[in-house]
Amino acid sequence: MSVDEIITLDYGSGGKKTSRLISDEILPRLENPALSELGDGAVLPGADRLVFSTDSFVVTPLFFPGGDIGKLAVCGTVNDIAMCGGEAKYLSLSLIIEEGLPVADLRRVMDSVQRAAAGAGVQVVTGDTKVVERSRGDGLYINTAGIGFLRHPGLSPKNMCEGDAVILSGTAGDHGAAVMLARGGLLDAGEAVESDCAALGALAEAVLSSGAEVRCLRDPTRGGVATTLCEFAESSGLGMELFETDIPVRPAVRAACSLLGLDVLYCANEGKLLAVVSAETAETALAAMRATDAGRDAAVIGRVSGADGGRVVLRTAAGGGRILQKLAGAQLPRIC
Amino acid sequence: MCLAVPLKIVEIDGKNGVGEVEGLRRRMRLDFIKEPRIGEYVIVHAGFAIERLDEEQAKADIAEWNEVRDALL
Amino acid sequence: MPCSELRLMEVCGTHTMAIARAGLKSLLPEGVKLLSGPGCPVCVTPPEVMDAVLELAMRPGVVTATYGDLVRVPGSRRGDSLARRRALGARLLVVYSPMDAVDWAAEHPESEVVFLGAGFETTAPGTAAAILDAAERGVPNFSVFSMLKRVEPALRALIASEGFNVQGFLCPGHVASITGAESFRFLPEEYGLPAVVAGFEPGDILSALRRLIELARSGAAALENRYERAVSPHGNALALAAMERVFEPRRDIWRGLGEIEASGLGIRPQFAAHDAERRLGVEIPPAAGSGGCRCGDVITGRSEPRDCPMFGGACTPEDPLGPCMVSSEGACAAAYKYEGV
Repeated sequence: MSVDEIITLDYGSGGKKTSRLISDEILPRLENPALSELGDGAVLPGADRLVFSTDSFVVTPLFFPGGDIGKLAVCGTVNDIAMCGGEAKYLSLSLIIEEGLPVADLRRVMDSVQRAAAGAGVQVVTGDTKVVERSRGDGLYINTAGIGFLRHPGLSPKNMCEGDAVILSGTAGDHGAAVMLARGGLLDAGEAVESDCAALGALAEAVLSSGAEVRCLRDPTRGGVATTLCEFAESSGLGMELFETDIPVRPAVRAACSLLGLDVLYCANEGKLLAVVSAETAETALAAMRATDAGRDAAVIGRVSGADGGRVVLRTAAGGGRILQKLAGAQLPRIC
Repeated sequence: MCLAVPLKIVEIDGKNGVGEVEGLRRRMRLDFIKEPRIGEYVIVHAGFAIERLDEEQAKADIAEWNEVRDALL
Repeated sequence: MPCSELRLMEVCGTHTMAIARAGLKSLLPEGVKLLSGPGCPVCVTPPEVMDAVLELAMRPGVVTATYGDLVRVPGSRRGDSLARRRALGARLLVVYSPMDAVDWAAEHPESEVVFLGAGFETTAPGTAAAILDAAERGVPNFSVFSMLKRVEPALRALIASEGFNVQGFLCPGHVASITGAESFRFLPEEYGLPAVVAGFEPGDILSALRRLIELARSGAAALENRYERAVSPHGNALALAAMERVFEPRRDIWRGLGEIEASGLGIRPQFAAHDAERRLGVEIPPAAGSGGCRCGDVITGRSEPRDCPMFGGACTPEDPLGPCMVSSEGACAAAYKYEGV
């Protein structure tokens, strides 16, 4: 007997169906010695300093151009570890499935988890599965936690100095725009706008081992580039000056934002990082980033200014200046 | 409450049409455009084309903006 | 050359937003002040009308279809918005076009779909077309709660109001696409105020402002159309006809301006079946206090956002007291989010 075509509550019972779900749909894709034990936890070889992070993923729709919730769940946690200077090694994977989810969808997600984990060089070593009643979840929620080995200690916005360069590793706002468009009804984007969802381990390693003086890294996910830079400014007490014309944005993403009334600087990214590096080594950092897949379009978008007292100022294309604040509430499509 | 964007008409089916910008396609209504033609630009607000966009004038405007920007106010 | 301060007003909330986003205020010459007018439909909607909307949204079977703009607007009770009502069980459909709401209603005949028709003349024709479409296609479960407003009566009331001190208007380009540039001729002719119709790109706004400053400084009461690529002298006849067919002017209440004759658009009796007010018996509760918020003064240019004691402290975009802070195009939200440098 194989798994039914849709998930029912029975698959969360902890009984035979749960076992079958795990043995048929999960293990074959993620098999490794630690996971195959199916113990309550995984016993792992260690290192002296670890990076530990967790993230939960709720996204509608589950599949969108450029990615899906499975890829997102792996990359999201891997990226959080990479931004701390860690090399991600192990992940946990918890699935909260709404009954009625087609098993075909679950398979697609698990295939994607497998690909993303292999690509990022991490193993899923422990996990859990629960099933909730229909209409009590958006098909599937995923939580991942990750452990990495610390390779580059000491990254912090507190290291920032006046004059440092602010580098964005590629185009802004792709993921936020893609998901908003994929919600349907609004626009038919075709493939014009794709999520940038990607693991950033290789990119982070490239810049951190390039010899550049890297002060800090962070991936501007929810809240976008603007919110992350406000966080940098807040924790360092230093201001920043950004140049709108230097911020890479895909034309289709720009168009989508203007159609939906969104601000691209507040749209989420899932495959980009912001790096603050010393002005003298900015070119070194940039060259190292551009040599990687995920950092091809990297650009210096601004600099750390002492004078602005913790404010992030955007010099606009029109020649004006405005202060950027953290995102207040989720962006909604608007007609105003 | 007047956010509106220029789209190029790429499909017409009675009062319904499809507008395009940068590879993005948006269904829109053409109720208010007399004899719309494929390839024309319209200004679209809340799913309705509210007016034709004069392409020649649009080009002249962009040229003027650069001038204004250089001279500032 | 020192000269007295020139006070200009952008009427349209979309201008307010575009100006703030591009940081254009930092480019204004010395002695020129740009004020925000009553051109954000969310901001001019009084709290008691939002209260009626919130009550409606909670009725069994009702699905409220709305533009994203209205989701966080509070009623007279702080924090009470459609977003909060959704968390309490109200069904909310965020749409981008009224046609999306008609289509959804046609697919869900068991639901009572109420579309919140907020906006000015730019938005009114599409709302009219949606009602006409629902009537034609026979979608009985679609109705519109009209909060639609007209720009001209509000500008007249504003100019006549006490303490009015503005020397020129930046006129709303997309309203003018519908009503025509000539619909703002009354500003120079009847009130001696220069007026320039402007588009929404930073270049459009700068170019129109430059012209408006020239006109105002030279004392020339003239109307100019600087958005000719999308605005004709007499507007869009088809759109005006649809609006005229479905709506009729009625007395309406504006935050900050009070009741103004013929300033709102009500649905004509022959479309009563698609008029949420008649169909579902909506009562607007009596006006409530403003809770110390000075949105009314901000909307009429008597105060700037920073003059309000609540600004940035008790009233922020995360926890707004008044609509000027909640609406993305509200003057307070624009000032808070995109403070000029």
